[in-house]
Order: sequence, then structure tokens, then C-alpha cells
Amino acid sequence: MFEWLSDNRASVAAVLIILFLGAFVWSIVVGRKQARLTATDEVFGDPVRTRGGWYWSVCGVSALMLVWFYFSWGTGRAYFPNAANEMCQIAKLEEAVSPIKAALPIGSRYYKSTLLASRNTAQLDDLQSRLAGTVFTEAEKTELEDLIRRIGALIANSSNPSDMDQQSRDELVGLVERLNELSAFIDAGPGDLTPGEEALAQPAWGTTFAEIPILPVTARGMLFDTASVEAAEIAAEFNRIRNHVPENDRLIADIKEQIDALKETNETGAFDEQVSAEREDYVKAVERIFKRLDDGLIFPAAALADVNTAIANLDASANSAQGGLRFADAVFFPGPGIVKSRTQCTEQGSARWLPKPTDVVATFMRLANPDLENGGGYRGFPLLWWDWLPVADVVAFFVPDWIADAWPGEFASHGDDGTITPNFKDKLLAFAQGEVSLGHIPMLDGHIWDSLFRVLVALGLGIFLGVPLGLFMGVSRFFKSFFDPLIELYRPVPPLAWAPLILTIFGIQDDGKIFLLFMVAFAIMVISARTGASGVQLTKIRASHSLGASDRQIMWNVILPNALPEILTGIRIAVGVCWGTLVAAEMLAGTTGVGFIENIARTVSDYELIWVTILIMGVLGLVFDMIMRWVIKKTIPWRGMG
Amino acid sequence: MADLVCEHLNMTFTNPQTGAAVEALKDINFTLKKGELLSVLGPSGCGKTTLLNVMAGFINATSGAARLGDKLIDAPGVERGMVFQQGALFEWLPVSRNVDFGLRMKKNDSAENEKLVEKWLDIVGLQGFGETPTYQLSGGMQQRVALARCLINDPEVILMDEPLGALDALTREKMQSLVLELWKETGKTIMIITHSVEEALLLGERLFVMAPRPGRVHKEYNLPFAERGLKESLREIKHDPYFSEVREEILTMIWNMEEEIMGRV
Ligand SMILES: Nc1ncnc2c1ncn2[C@@H]1O[C@H](COP(=O)(O)OP(=O)(O)OP(=O)(O)O)[C@@H](O)[C@H]1O
Ligand SMILES: [Mg+2]
Repeated sequence: MFEWLSDNRASVAAVLIILFLGAFVWSIVVGRKQARLTATDEVFGDPVRTRGGWYWSVCGVSALMLVWFYFSWGTGRAYFPNAANEMCQIAKLEEAVSPIKAALPIGSRYYKSTLLASRNTAQLDDLQSRLAGTVFTEAEKTELEDLIRRIGALIANSSNPSDMDQQSRDELVGLVERLNELSAFIDAGPGDLTPGEEALAQPAWGTTFAEIPILPVTARGMLFDTASVEAAEIAAEFNRIRNHVPENDRLIADIKEQIDALKETNETGAFDEQVSAEREDYVKAVERIFKRLDDGLIFPAAALADVNTAIANLDASANSAQGGLRFADAVFFPGPGIVKSRTQCTEQGSARWLPKPTDVVATFMRLANPDLENGGGYRGFPLLWWDWLPVADVVAFFVPDWIADAWPGEFASHGDDGTITPNFKDKLLAFAQGEVSLGHIPMLDGHIWDSLFRVLVALGLGIFLGVPLGLFMGVSRFFKSFFDPLIELYRPVPPLAWAPLILTIFGIQDDGKIFLLFMVAFAIMVISARTGASGVQLTKIRASHSLGASDRQIMWNVILPNALPEILTGIRIAVGVCWGTLVAAEMLAGTTGVGFIENIARTVSDYELIWVTILIMGVLGLVFDMIMRWVIKKTIPWRGMG
Repeated sequence: MADLVCEHLNMTFTNPQTGAAVEALKDINFTLKKGELLSVLGPSGCGKTTLLNVMAGFINATSGAARLGDKLIDAPGVERGMVFQQGALFEWLPVSRNVDFGLRMKKNDSAENEKLVEKWLDIVGLQGFGETPTYQLSGGMQQRVALARCLINDPEVILMDEPLGALDALTREKMQSLVLELWKETGKTIMIITHSVEEALLLGERLFVMAPRPGRVHKEYNLPFAERGLKESLREIKHDPYFSEVREEILTMIWNMEEEIMGRV
């Protein structure tokens, strides 16, 4: 059942979207009708105006879901299941052509040649202007000036179309021809191209971690995929082509010779250190520019104009071959679309960090599956499940080893025949160390349980110790004055600021976290119990004294019930704060827990997992709060009635 | 035979910050015999509540002594029951648990408690309200719960601080009858503080009019109306010419005291 739903999540989404759309429209219709019915007998500001209106909640929820579906590309995937695959093929073509485009105005405003020419000319000019102030002799300066002029001539010669040799010309013409052929191929349409078996066997979009199936599954996709292979070859070819200028051959040889001579002088000249360094720097700068110009990367602009046009034509062909896909892309795939990088196609824009609702559910179900052998759970640990817990472990946790040490007598030592007969003291030690088999009890298990366990234990300890202390602080000058400074010293510090210290002292596993949360819960419980206790009406206390109650009876029967509303509110607040602190603490350190999952998900940019953990925490927080609200409603209906 | 006795009672409140002293009570002397019903009247701030608090043992007098029989009053005790203006009920407990609070604190047998609760709810006219939360009761009903809660403990003296002050006129009248009835049936010593001159006259076998600054007993009356109230209708008593005469006298007295306070302020 779940498998089927998971494999058909696009169709499931398609149905859901229609349902949400229906609910959205329906709720608006109902809401408007209701508004017309009640509009006459309620004035603006009347609190009655906020009552009821559940249909607007329906409206809000469905609107939220529709927005989520839309920006996560859930809508696009539901109704155009192959669009992403085709967009991926187009992205492949785009990726293949990109090296050519990068050298042309169509891709980067200027020809790469233009940029090379202007940048190097500027640097040569700079060297030229610095020359007068250098340490070179006058003769050398004249020579260097000549050198710089010659290097400048390299640029000029490369840029002149009439200096180009025939072979380079032919190569560029051939390239343009191939590009035009590619355009014609795309224009001709897919024809009888059919997707291969391997492509069709790929998992559907979104069902595996590699988001978008990379092999083409449609005829149109095949067209672009095939074109992208040819385009990649053309691009490789383009990168190989050099502008060979015969004029420059002799010039380059001369320049090399000149530079070598200068280097020679630098080395043999026995200049002092500073002069030598300055000379070397200058010559190196000249050589660097020369090195950039001797490999024929500068072409005349006119020679590249045809390539630019051919690429523009190719783009036009690709655009028209996309047909209806362009509409789907523009409307249903908000953001920059799909980008192909190396081995995969990835969603860009909002869809990148906003997973589709159905995927979030699927990921959650995958994690929730307790069958660890078959990919369930997370990192070899289930989300929420149960396991057999050895009773001996629990006993060992509560029974300290020193009880065995303190027992009268000695531990047994091995006898003459090398065997050991354990006495009672040995057995006690084994018991305290959990080495006795006492059977097993079922116990909850998993990341969620670990988080819950930490919060519940810390909260329990906080209540158990904090409430009595708070009550005493509410009624006793000594308790109030003695403990107030202690609590007020640590409480204002944000709990997370304590985390590094506490985790170091108590360890990154349960102990440290529980202690950290305990600190949080304890302070809140003390303060709320104290507020509740000190807020008891004096007449009630006096009445109970007159009725013969002892101090302890008054504490238990009057002050505690009176403080109950504050205590329960305190628990409600403590749950929220503990929960928040716990997640952050789990992110800091540890190997289990919801916060741990989110932290790992963050480091591998698994947005689906991040959202799943966010939703888990939101739902658990909500459940906690609802339980507390229910408890408050049930236990203190008299709140504020005294 | 335990009389409630006050001897040279003085109570001075000193403000710990300013050191200013208020003489809330000055040289109060009286003996209230067992079974007497005393009502205390006086302008606001004349020390009525203070006097009652001393009798209850909630505060200790600066000097002088209050005694019940030969026992010095220095702390609250079961033998002196209190009824407050606002009931001071325990709102987290239902009516019956409020009523038997004192018994439960004594760890009495719970079956017996139950019977006593039934009996007292019956007496104060709250049969069948045992399980009702107190916050669902009207003001008059709450006051009756407070009465029952106090009386079930069988105190020797009942101290009431404006117990009927927050009730409407009609309920108030009914409660006045109830107080008289209980007084007759139980024969308790009762000290009741009130703001209403009529109430003080109707309920008070004896009546103190107190004067402020310093708080003292200004005038004492012995009145026949409480005794008569046990047989006659309270409304008829109010039409008695003697009743009207005393009422006018006291009203003028208190009016003049208030004028004096205003003039001095
Ligand atoms: N705890 C206290 N600290 C300081 N002064 C107090 C305190 N309690 C009472 N007083 C003062 O003692 C005087 C008597 O107060 P008390 O409450 O007894 O008056 P009362 O007669 O009960 O007035 P009311 O009729 O308004 O209840 C007042 O002036 C009051 O300001
Ligand atoms: Mg008062």
C-alpha cells in the first residue's frame, strides 16, 4: 500500500491538489455566505465576530498547502511528470554549449578575445609608464620599451582578420557549419528517436535521492540529449582551435630571446639585493603578459561573429523545439528551473530547499519504518519503536557498585585448583554491575523517544525538586532569601550558553542533556511554584489555621492546590523551553534524537529530512501543549474563581 | 463555662519605614459570657477587624490580654471559629470537602464526617449541594458553607467579620434569621462585626459602638431584639418604636464620628 503510494506520489499529489483547490474555493463560498448572514447584527470590534469560522481555517490550510505544492514544484510534478526530465535534457545541451557561449557576447557580453586584448594592453601600458622610474640602465630601458612595443604588436596582429592564417579560418568555418547542422537537427524534430530501455527503467522523479532521472524518457528529451552529445564535441573542438598568425611566429621568437637575455643579465650582473629584486620583478611581469599572448587565444572579432550567430540560431532552434514545455516551465516551475552539473540534474530556486509535501510524507514514512534492515529508521536507529531492555541494566543504573564494596567480607580469590567459587559479595557486585540475567522488559526506543525521554526525565526531576522548593520559598523567609540568589545567578544565562560546559562535565549522551534541561525546568518550576504559593489569600490561610490545620496540612491542603494553576502553567512553559533547548543541545553533540537528525541533514543539505524533523518537532510540541491544556482544563476548572 | 475576656487590650501598628504609629485599639475591656451574642459597630477604620483578629489569635496585641476561659489567646485555635466577609472557601474543593475540612485535619473517621456534613448542610439549607464546586454557588450560599464549615468544628466562640456584608438585602435578612437560629440552637458565644446599624441591633444581644483614633469602645447597649428575633419576624421588630429610636441614636453617633474624622483630616 505505502509502496504503491510512494511510487505514484505524483498522481497522489495531483488528486490532493484538486481536493485542496476544491476546499479552498468551497470555503470561500461558504465563508462569504456566512459573513452575509451575520453581518447585520454584529458591530465592528464585537468579540463575537471572532467566534466560529472554521471554514476560514479550511481556507487558510488549503491555501497554505497549495502554496507549498506550487513553490515546491509539487504541482508541476503532478501534472507534468516528464517536464523535469525534459528540462534536464535541455540543461544538458545548455551545459554542453556553455564553454562556447562563455567566449562570446551571447554568453558573457564581450568576446573573450576583447577582454584579453584590453586587459593585456592595459597592463602593458602600465609597465610602460613605470619603466622610467626603474633601476634599469638607459640602454636597457630603450630595449625594454622596444620589447613592450613588440608584445603589443602580438595583440594587434592577432586582432587583424587579414593576418589570420587559412587553417584557423577553415577551422572556424567548419565549427560554424557543425553548429548549423546541429540547429537543423533540432529543427527537424525528434522523428523516430525513442528512449532507451535503461532510461525507462529509471526510478520516477523524486522517488530516489538523485532527484531527477538523468536519462531522457521522452522523444523530445532524446532529441536534446542527442544534440547535447554533439554540442559537447563541438565545444571541445572550439576549445582546441587557436588563432595561428604567421606574422607573430618570428616576433615570438625574438621576444623570447630578448627576455632570456634580460634574465641572463639579471642573474650574472651582481646587483645588490634590492636592485636585483626590482629588476627580476619587472622582467617577470613582462614575461607573464607575453606568456598569455603567445598561445593564440585572441581572435579577430569579425572571425568569431559567425560563431556567435550560429550559437544564437542554435538557441532559437532549441527554444522552438521546447514547444509547450516552455509554458509549463514558466508557470509551474517557479525559479531558475533545472541545472545540470556533472552527474546530476538539480532543481533550483524554491524547489531546492522546499521539498514537495508528498516527498516529506514519504521521507517521514521511510524513517518511521522500524525495519532497520530494509532502509528504515535513521542511521541504524528507528524513529520511534520499541525494543527489549534487559532489566539488569535498569537495576545496575540504580544500584551503585559501592554497595558490594561496602558489604562485609572479601571478594573471592581463585582457589588452589585455579577455579573461583563466587561468594555473596561477588554476586552482589555482579548484580550491581548488571551482569545477572533478570529477563527483559519492552521499552520504547528510537530518535523521537530519546528526545522525549530526555525532556520527560528532566521535566520530572524539575517538577519533583523545583515545586517543593518553590513552595517553601513562597512561605519561608529563609528559603526565599537563601535560594533566590542561587537560582537568579544561573537562570538568566541562556541555557545554551551552559551547554558546552554541562556537556563537557556530564557527557554528550543522555546525562548531560538531561542535566541541562533539568536546569531549565527547575528554575521555571521554582519560580512558578513560588509565585503560586506566595499568592494565596491571607484569609484562606487564616481560615485553615482556625479550622485546626497544622502547618504541614496547610502546605499540602491549601497552599499546594492554590499554587496549582501557576505550577501547571509553569510546566507548560517548561515543556516548551525544554523542547527548544533539547533540540539545540542535540544539534551541538550526540548521536541520537530529533535534533541530531536535523543537524546531520543540515550538513548534507538534505532539505526533505530537515523539513521532516521540523514537522516532527512542531507536531510533538503541539501535542505536548495540547496535553497540558487538557490537563489544566481538567484539573483546575476553578482557576481564577476563588 | 468559658467566657471571652479582654483586659486592657492595646494594639499599635508601627510602620517599619516611617515609624509612624497607629493606635488601632486602646484599652479595650469587656467580658463576653458563654452564649452571649455581641455585635460590634463603628465607623470605618475604628479597629473592629483588628479587635477580631486579636480574638482569633491571628495577631498579638501590643499589650493587655485576651482570654477564653483561663486560656490566653496567642494563636489561632479550633475553639475559636472564624467566618470571613468573602467566605474564604477553598475553591478547589466541593462543598462537602469544604465543610468537613476541619474534621479531616483532625483525621476523624470519614463515615462519621459524612454524617456530620449531611447534618450541617441540612441546617444551613444546602441539602444536595455536597458535590457542587463552591465557585458555582451564589454569594449567600457560599456564606452558608462558610458558616457550616465553622460550626461543624464545634467551636466555643464564633467570630464573624462582616459575614453578611456582601449579600443583597433579602438574602441578608434570611441569613440574619439563620444566625439567630444557630445561636439559639447551639448556644455558642458569637461576636459579629457589621457595618449595618439595623443588623447590629437585630443580632446583638449586646452591642458595642466603637470610636476611631484611638480605637475604643464608645458606648455599650444591652438590647432585647435578638431574643425577640427568635420568635417574631425580623421585619416587625424593625417597626418597633424603640428599635427606631436606638437606630437613630446610633446613626447620629456614628455620623458625628465620621464628621469628626473628616474635620480632622
Ligand atoms: N497590618 C496593619 N498595619 C498597619 N496599620 C493597620 C494594619 N491593620 C490595620 N491597620 C490600621 O488600624 C486601623 C484599624 O483597622 P481595622 O482594619 O481594624 O478597621 P475596621 O474597623 O475593620 O475598618 P472597616 O470597617 O473599614 O473594615 C486603621 O487605621 C488601619 O489603617
Ligand atoms: Mg474591617
